[in-house]
Amino acid sequence: MTRKELAVLLLLVALCAIVATASPQFLSVTNVQNVARLVGTYGMFSIGVGIVIITGGIDLSVGSICALLGVLLSMMLVEWGWPAAVALAAVIALGACLGAAHGLLVARLRLQPFIVTLCGLLLYRGAARYIADDSTKGFGTGRGFEWVRTLASGSIGGVPMPFVLMCVVAGLAWVLLHRSVFGRHLFAIGHNAEAARYSGVNTRAVITWAYILSGILAAFSAIVIAFYTNSISPASHGNFYELYAIAAAVVGGCSLRGGEGSVIGIVMGAALLQVLRNLVNLLDIPGSLDFAVMGAVILIGATADQLFGRRLRRDDG
Amino acid sequence: MSAVSKQFPGVTALDGVDFHVAPGEIVGLVGENGAGKSTLMKILGGIHRADSGTIALEGVPVVMHGPADAARLGIGIIHQEREVIETLDVAGNVFLGREPLWAGPLRLLDRRRMEADTERQLARIGAPISPRTIVRRLSPAQQQFVAIARALSMDARLLVLDEPTASLGSSEAERLFAVLHDLRSGGTAIVYVSHRLKEIETLADRAVVLRDGRNAGVLQRGEITRDRLVHLMVGRAIDAGIARRAMGTGPRDPRLHVERVRTRRYPLAEVSLTVNRGEVLGIAGLIGAGRSELAETICGVVPAVSGRVLLDGQPLVLDSPREAIRAGMCLIPEDRRGRGIIAAMTVRENMTLPTLGSYARLGLVQRAAETSAARDTAAALSVKASSVEAPVATLSGGNQQKVVLGKWLSLEPRVMFFDEPTQGVDVGAKAEIHRLIRRLADEGAAVVLISSDIEEIVAESDRVAVMHEGLITGILDRSLSTPEAIMQLAIA
Repeated sequence: MTRKELAVLLLLVALCAIVATASPQFLSVTNVQNVARLVGTYGMFSIGVGIVIITGGIDLSVGSICALLGVLLSMMLVEWGWPAAVALAAVIALGACLGAAHGLLVARLRLQPFIVTLCGLLLYRGAARYIADDSTKGFGTGRGFEWVRTLASGSIGGVPMPFVLMCVVAGLAWVLLHRSVFGRHLFAIGHNAEAARYSGVNTRAVITWAYILSGILAAFSAIVIAFYTNSISPASHGNFYELYAIAAAVVGGCSLRGGEGSVIGIVMGAALLQVLRNLVNLLDIPGSLDFAVMGAVILIGATADQLFGRRLRRDDG
Repeated sequence: MSAVSKQFPGVTALDGVDFHVAPGEIVGLVGENGAGKSTLMKILGGIHRADSGTIALEGVPVVMHGPADAARLGIGIIHQEREVIETLDVAGNVFLGREPLWAGPLRLLDRRRMEADTERQLARIGAPISPRTIVRRLSPAQQQFVAIARALSMDARLLVLDEPTASLGSSEAERLFAVLHDLRSGGTAIVYVSHRLKEIETLADRAVVLRDGRNAGVLQRGEITRDRLVHLMVGRAIDAGIARRAMGTGPRDPRLHVERVRTRRYPLAEVSLTVNRGEVLGIAGLIGAGRSELAETICGVVPAVSGRVLLDGQPLVLDSPREAIRAGMCLIPEDRRGRGIIAAMTVRENMTLPTLGSYARLGLVQRAAETSAARDTAAALSVKASSVEAPVATLSGGNQQKVVLGKWLSLEPRVMFFDEPTQGVDVGAKAEIHRLIRRLADEGAAVVLISSDIEEIVAESDRVAVMHEGLITGILDRSLSTPEAIMQLAIA
């Protein structure tokens, strides 16, 4: 574990300890399950966005992708009566395609990632609302695709499925990022794309794949979230998710300049954000303040990192 | 400056160094990389503060808290990395941070005065650049002149130049020397830092040599010779004259054919060239002659406008360095920091980047194999680093360059391009890099050596191609490749 990851872990543990002392409810089984479910859901797409951030890019489209794919999933299953397996495959493939489109625009046409995915954010939100006719979608009784519901929102031995899924995704992502040739190329591009290209790294392909992975993970989350909320209002579903993801990545040690970050860090960052939201809930802080609390804690953390972290690094030589 | 010391974590950069310069004097400051030259100059420029020792200006001790203090005291510094803001125009750069303002409450920029002053300074150094040109559009040499104009416009009493000719061609360097002579006659004190000993020899009234953060010796004008400088710098004898390396004796069949290639930089100039196995072909020319562009075009970094490249008789279609590398053509780029190394990554990660696939099974890197390969390469090149896990940023320039070289060795390249491989590299590492260039040729590679250092070209090449404005103006066999002959073709 790097020092940065350790710091996030300490912060996370400290925060949990504080909330647990202030509210015994925090450690109740239901609450822990609930937080775990949210950590799993948000963690999944945060990892995707983190991968993009490591290349030095950004992905602002994940929230809108969740809305669009959620709406489509509901319509496929409920209105069009598609077999569940086909619907799932279609949603994941669509997520991959949207990611591939972003990746190609960024890597081939050299458009700026911020612009490409900002347009994605607007486009897919509009598409979701148009397709759904701006009406809320759901899964009704869910007859015929019970297994999907169980897979997306059930639990194994008390552990919520989203958390289990996220652990699997995180494990695979860890191997990919920190042990594979692809991962090394990803970090190399984030640090210095020109030098990576001169060293024979296929920078376009690697960058494109980062966006594809982000799209696929957004699709996974879209499925889980759709079944979790069971009601998808296309205008608000998935709002601000991209910002949760960016915050999780940055809190977890990713640099927006690229080249830095780790899967463990991103997951802990996502967990930290959910514990903060839970804290607002449990400590009777007005719910309207939850973004403000998150913003304040992240800002304090970043400031502390800059002030003390730098001194530590200097001592280190 | 007397008894100046400076510690960085883990290293003593300066240990009781004395240094002085008088008005109307040019002092050459030389030393290997890491000898402390840059640190000394950064203290003089207010960027670092000395741990101990004193700095006095005209007898008055001064304390500086930042570069602004140094500028106020009349100390002008031209750093090794051209410090210009590319998106500003020339006048904006020259007056950056001390822009003249109109009188009045709005404090608007006095553009007219900025441009007039800038024009005057540029005319003084014979660089006809319009003050309104955006700096990004200028060649590296012109950008260097902008930096010099900036220092001059401060009316510096003391002018420090750190490797000012690194990006200048010979004629531009001559012009700079003339300006420095003028300034000297006008009473300016000048410190001239350079690895190019020849320049110190011709320019300096006195040469101060640093070694390992200490004063190693001082030579007065007349005593300054390459041999003595080198002797003081390294404390060991290195033959620094133009000692031509022995030619390789391996078979000499053509390996790389470049047929009527036109580059984007000079789309009207056609270049044809053959490089043989076992030979080092030097490419000489002034800055901006199109040498790097030619190498990058051949290696697939930028597409050619037209023409063909054949390797061992096979035509190559390249649109990325990756494909060139696969075909066995590797390039060591001129811009080491921007394109050669990934500074934040480790020696190991840098060295194995092009070949990582060969240390992987099912896409997963086998760390033990990778580490031992990196260690072997580091040892073979005698890279000085605390370990292969040290970030490349912590290495000296020469060792960084060895890491860049190390990337390609295990590939046994068929053609190897070196673009300014010894720029900003100390004497010891330079000799090692030269040995390696020859070794690659002896092992059968076709080697292309691009360098602005004519002595290096003459000493290390079997044949020399000279370029001027995108065209090859002549190819000289070894017996004919003298600095004078090369210069004639380069100016053409």
